[in-house]
Amino acid sequence: MKTPTLKIENLKLGFKSFSGTNAVLHGISLHIAKGEKVALVGESGSGKSVTARIVLGLLQEQKNAKINGGLEFEGRNLNAMTARQRKELRGTDMSMIFQDPTSSLNPVYTIEVQFHEVLKRARPDLKRAEARALALQALADVAINEPERVLDSYAFQLSGGMNQRVMIAMALANNPALLLADEPGTALDVTVQAQTLKLMGKLVEKHHTSVLFISHNLGVVREFADRVYVIYKGNIVEQGKTETLFDNPRHPYTRALLSAVPRITGGGIPDIDDDPAHFSAPLIAHEGFSEKELLA
Amino acid sequence: MSKTLFVLVRNPLSLIGLMLVALVVFSAVFADFIVPFPEHQGAVVDFLNFNKAPEWPYIFGTDLVGRDLFTRIIYAYRVSLILGIVVLAIAVPVGVAIGLAAGYLGGWTEYVLMRITDVFLSIPPLVLAMSMMGLLEPTLTNGMIAVTAMWWPWYTRLVYNLARSEKEEGYVLAAEVIGASRLHIMFREILPNCVPSILTKMTLDFGFVILIASSLSFLGLGVQPPTPDLGSMVAEGAKYLPDSWWLTVFPGLAILIAVFGFNLIGDALREILGVDQ
Repeated sequence: MKTPTLKIENLKLGFKSFSGTNAVLHGISLHIAKGEKVALVGESGSGKSVTARIVLGLLQEQKNAKINGGLEFEGRNLNAMTARQRKELRGTDMSMIFQDPTSSLNPVYTIEVQFHEVLKRARPDLKRAEARALALQALADVAINEPERVLDSYAFQLSGGMNQRVMIAMALANNPALLLADEPGTALDVTVQAQTLKLMGKLVEKHHTSVLFISHNLGVVREFADRVYVIYKGNIVEQGKTETLFDNPRHPYTRALLSAVPRITGGGIPDIDDDPAHFSAPLIAHEGFSEKELLA
Repeated sequence: MSKTLFVLVRNPLSLIGLMLVALVVFSAVFADFIVPFPEHQGAVVDFLNFNKAPEWPYIFGTDLVGRDLFTRIIYAYRVSLILGIVVLAIAVPVGVAIGLAAGYLGGWTEYVLMRITDVFLSIPPLVLAMSMMGLLEPTLTNGMIAVTAMWWPWYTRLVYNLARSEKEEGYVLAAEVIGASRLHIMFREILPNCVPSILTKMTLDFGFVILIASSLSFLGLGVQPPTPDLGSMVAEGAKYLPDSWWLTVFPGLAILIAVFGFNLIGDALREILGVDQ
């Protein structure tokens, strides 16, 4: 099997404080093959976002974070890299999209200026006119009708959905190998979110970009991802192909998570088995989808 | 920008402020063409006309050596404005850079820089400037140094707090994620978002710098004669109150006009730019 874009092996994270170390991740393993869309699902505080920050190398610079475990990006060992080398990867080989697209854009610059800066990460001597041409093309790719007007606008002059698409275009502008999407579009309304995610799905396929999709929104994950890891309190509890995992959840936590989804037909939330002792049951990997089998 | 100007002109208070400041700046810049006795800015004596009450051509009267007060006030504006510009031109960049570094970088940098700032802030400003002027020779240059030394910590405080809150904004994280350098984030991402607050404070401060400089020279620690200065003119005239009232009243009013004008504009800017302090 080819080298995966991202391979995390037995990753542990703790935050040192005066009263000792608070463990956040208890040894999680996951990988993303080239061009694959993988979702990491879990509730707030389960360790989804810190995983993304470790992959980006942001948490490594925080002194009180204790990180242990294998981290490989395209076969290169991230742990062995210096902070500078990891920084080189950001914005060129890896990029990230956040929850709230509007606040991710600096209010004092036009979209064009910010696009230029993103493109300069990969090509430092890029001229403004060339950058504009590239940006226009990138915006057209995310189905923006008036790219000229958008480029000359400020983020607060555009709608949330528009900004989200701008962010996607920027994130993919340098053809990254890996895109980390941290609950993208959670700040948007549902229809817009669905549209932009569909668009994002198509685009990452076109760019052959691998995606780590972090979310608590199960509906969105089901639409978007090829494979799913369910994370609970810093442990991966279940992993498998999206359809089989959703149709046949085996871990008590996954089952509880799926039954907690509100139904549009009403009737309230059904009784959920919320005994935490059950949720701490060991990892269940669906047949053929354990780390061992997939990486063999 | 043009919108800001429009709002400034529409509000009566800020319009008054704008007019006062325009008056002060205009008279300082074109002093040579306005004043009736340009030579009176220096060491000139005219004992035939000394200590005269306001009368034509001495509309503000004359001082104790017969120099036209109006001429000297206009030239004193020039000195005050130069002082204000120089002080802010040094204090603001220094204070802002230190505040940005402390607010964004955090950790030991923050600790060391902010404690140094606190030391400066803990000394009453006028006392600090007075002791510096006492040590140095009282000249215009040293006056600028003394006022600058007491002024930058306020900008450090302001920008430090702004940077601390801007640091948590999404676009700063987004910039970190695409691998922007710390300098880029400090000066290109965070700083532009602090500009409205800095600008407002600068406008308000301009008046205060003039006031502090006048206070220094009132105490005899500022600009020295024969250079005209509003503070030392008031101090000089105070000995002859109430008989020679014009010696104090006109320089005092001149200080009032300048400080009041800058404050009105500053207040208006604060509202227009949505800055709350």
